[in-house]
Amino acid sequence: MCKDFTITVFTEDHIGLLNRITSVFTRRHLNIESLNTSESQIPGIHRFTIVLNTTEEIVQKIVLQLEKQVEVIKAVYHLDEETVFQEITLFKVSVEQAAQHNLVERLIRDKNARILSVEQDFMIIEKTGHKAENDDLLEFLRPFGLIDYVKSGRVSLIKPDEELKNLHELVNEAKQANNNQSFN
Amino acid sequence: MQMEATIAQSVSEKVKTSGAEAVIRSLLAEKVDLLFGYPGGAIMPVYDALFHYQQALKHVLTRHEQGAIHAAQGYARATGKVGVVMATSGPGATNLITGIADAMIDSTPLVCITGQVGSHLLGTDAFQETDIISISMPCTKWNFQVTKAEEIPAALAKAFYIAQSGRPGPVLIDITKDAQFGEVEFEYSPCQNVRSYKPEPPINPEAIEQAAELINSAKRPFVLFGQGVILGQAEEEFKSFIEKTGIPAASTLLGLSALPTDHPLNVGMLGMHGNYGPNKLTNECDVLIAIGMRFDDRVTGDLSRYAVQAKVIHLDIDPSEINKNVKVQVPVLGNCKETLKHLTQAVKRKSHQAWLEQFRAYDQIEHEQVIEPELKPLGPELTMGEVIRQVNELARGEAILVTDVGQHQMVACRYTHFKQTKSNITSGGLGTMGFCLPAALGAKLGTPDREVVAVIGDGGFQMTLQELGTIFQTKAAVKIIILNNSFLGMVRQWQQLFFDKRYSSTEMVNPDFVKIAEGYGIKGRSIKQRSQLKEAVAEMLDHKESYLLEVHVGKEDNVFPMVPTGASVSDVRLS
Ligand SMILES: Cc1ncc(C[n+]2csc(CCOP(=O)(O)OP(=O)(O)O)c2C)c(N)n1
Repeated sequence: MCKDFTITVFTEDHIGLLNRITSVFTRRHLNIESLNTSESQIPGIHRFTIVLNTTEEIVQKIVLQLEKQVEVIKAVYHLDEETVFQEITLFKVSVEQAAQHNLVERLIRDKNARILSVEQDFMIIEKTGHKAENDDLLEFLRPFGLIDYVKSGRVSLIKPDEELKNLHELVNEAKQANNNQSFN
Repeated sequence: MQMEATIAQSVSEKVKTSGAEAVIRSLLAEKVDLLFGYPGGAIMPVYDALFHYQQALKHVLTRHEQGAIHAAQGYARATGKVGVVMATSGPGATNLITGIADAMIDSTPLVCITGQVGSHLLGTDAFQETDIISISMPCTKWNFQVTKAEEIPAALAKAFYIAQSGRPGPVLIDITKDAQFGEVEFEYSPCQNVRSYKPEPPINPEAIEQAAELINSAKRPFVLFGQGVILGQAEEEFKSFIEKTGIPAASTLLGLSALPTDHPLNVGMLGMHGNYGPNKLTNECDVLIAIGMRFDDRVTGDLSRYAVQAKVIHLDIDPSEINKNVKVQVPVLGNCKETLKHLTQAVKRKSHQAWLEQFRAYDQIEHEQVIEPELKPLGPELTMGEVIRQVNELARGEAILVTDVGQHQMVACRYTHFKQTKSNITSGGLGTMGFCLPAALGAKLGTPDREVVAVIGDGGFQMTLQELGTIFQTKAAVKIIILNNSFLGMVRQWQQLFFDKRYSSTEMVNPDFVKIAEGYGIKGRSIKQRSQLKEAVAEMLDHKESYLLEVHVGKEDNVFPMVPTGASVSDVRLS
């Protein structure tokens, strides 16, 4: 049965690694739902958050293939309920229409959105939430002069702390073993 | 003398050198004494540095970069050492790709060094610029672009470490021209650790225990062994394990020669053209013990009907192999040299005579229906099998057999009796036609004291025959046998069996191979008659230099047994 899985990958911060990571998916003809990269709380270590809609069997194999890459330190996968996650959508809406339909108040009060910027012709609205909530707002705005929108990938933190502790240990251990080495 | 002093210095002392010379010094520090390659603009500084080190570091100029990399693969497979290849940017680098992909899927340790345009030109579509890092990414174990001279020693140290540790594989280092010209305080320290990389998973004693328990209570256990046994240098540990447990063992294509063919527990080869017994009985064993093999689809046939009755134990160094194709009850991670030692201690001494007899009974059937007719044919035409058996007998089973891809490959691997390890070199996972001739050259240069016999089809020979030039120039005494059926035989066999004999683009009008050899200064002979066979093979083997023997064989002979694609291993056909 297909479900959304969030894959978290901790890697070295090297050029080309994004390519190597995505080719693990490309090879198996898998479509990545979303992908986000950022630094991690461990200096020098990069963090990928990848959402994949697939079966548990496939995601298990993918995670092993990811870990097999030399510059990947750790890869784990989780179900939605094991993580806290958010996505952002930004909307560009016509100021005139928003005023006509009294949107601003409804947006802020009912939909938990924020106004980021108001220009002469348009305003930028931000909504942070789960995909369904953001999409819900998208549908709400469509009839009211929606000019443009953009969605971010998912960012997520893993609830069980164990795995991160292991990661810290892994990195420290390796750092010590690595001390006599200038290049990694 | 002076040269030796410089080499010693290169390893120990800090010296100022060019990036190009740092490449050479790094190779020397890794004890490389032979590499294969082809020069060009973007790698010229390194070739220039090489000029001064010719005594210590021999470079073999092949006739094509594909030849260079297959030669390095042959070298690596015959010696167990890392093969080193060098090529220029652009077409030089892209010509390596087939070999890189081949080495990746067959776990062969290689370090490939490519020249790259100057770093200021990267991304400008400069002359002979190609993004070889992106191109090679999915088929290298690791790759890295060097843009500064001072990165060279550490990048190469890391490359050698990664290529040969854990599950070996090809690594590519792309060096921009300005980095080759740049200056570096050369100092070399071999790499012993990369923090994000765990080449050998720790051994789990519980897994050993569980595996031992399953093995001890098994009634019909069956061992499948692959190249992992050879790569882990675990041949002795493997033999002790099967001898103590008395378990019949079958080899994958790449596992061949890890255990002598005539060992009483060796029940033959697995796979599409493997032996009858091991294929049939895979679906009757109760415990399947896979050692250093990866359940390739050519071994398993239809997975939904593959050993479903069996509990599976899988010994492998690569965690991503576990459950990849076949569901495993007991994974035993680690280097099999270690895990086999532990496992052998934990299991009971046993024998499985009746079960072994079942394999022998199938052998009898295969012998009568396939092997006899192949080795003692009634018709006038020579068969591939009788040629191979003749070579094997006259070489006393001691030669390294290098094969290309096709019918001759399957026949050669089926009918050769191996005595010692690292004696079978073939392109297994990728099935690369054109692999054999250059790989045989590399194997011979790596192991000059061993006889190296290259067995090639008339099709595959013509994919890399330019390497006859390299054989000529290096005087490597490679013995070449072309099994000429005037067809792309394996494809023709499939056309006969599965496409109603529509021989679409598989028939070949071939040149005079002996004349071609002659042109390269290589002695050659062509035979058709059975009466000539023994004497011709003897002449070839006795010849001190390279020799090419063309043998005309039956045009439409087929290789059996065969597990048709999509069929279950137990539906293996004998005709
Ligand atoms: C580079 C490459 N191209 C195509 C194939 C597909 N292929 C597999 S076997 C074969 C026929 C090989 O013919 P030949 O070299 O004459 O050997 P034979 O099968 O006759 O022994 C072909 C074309 C391949 N394996 N490799």
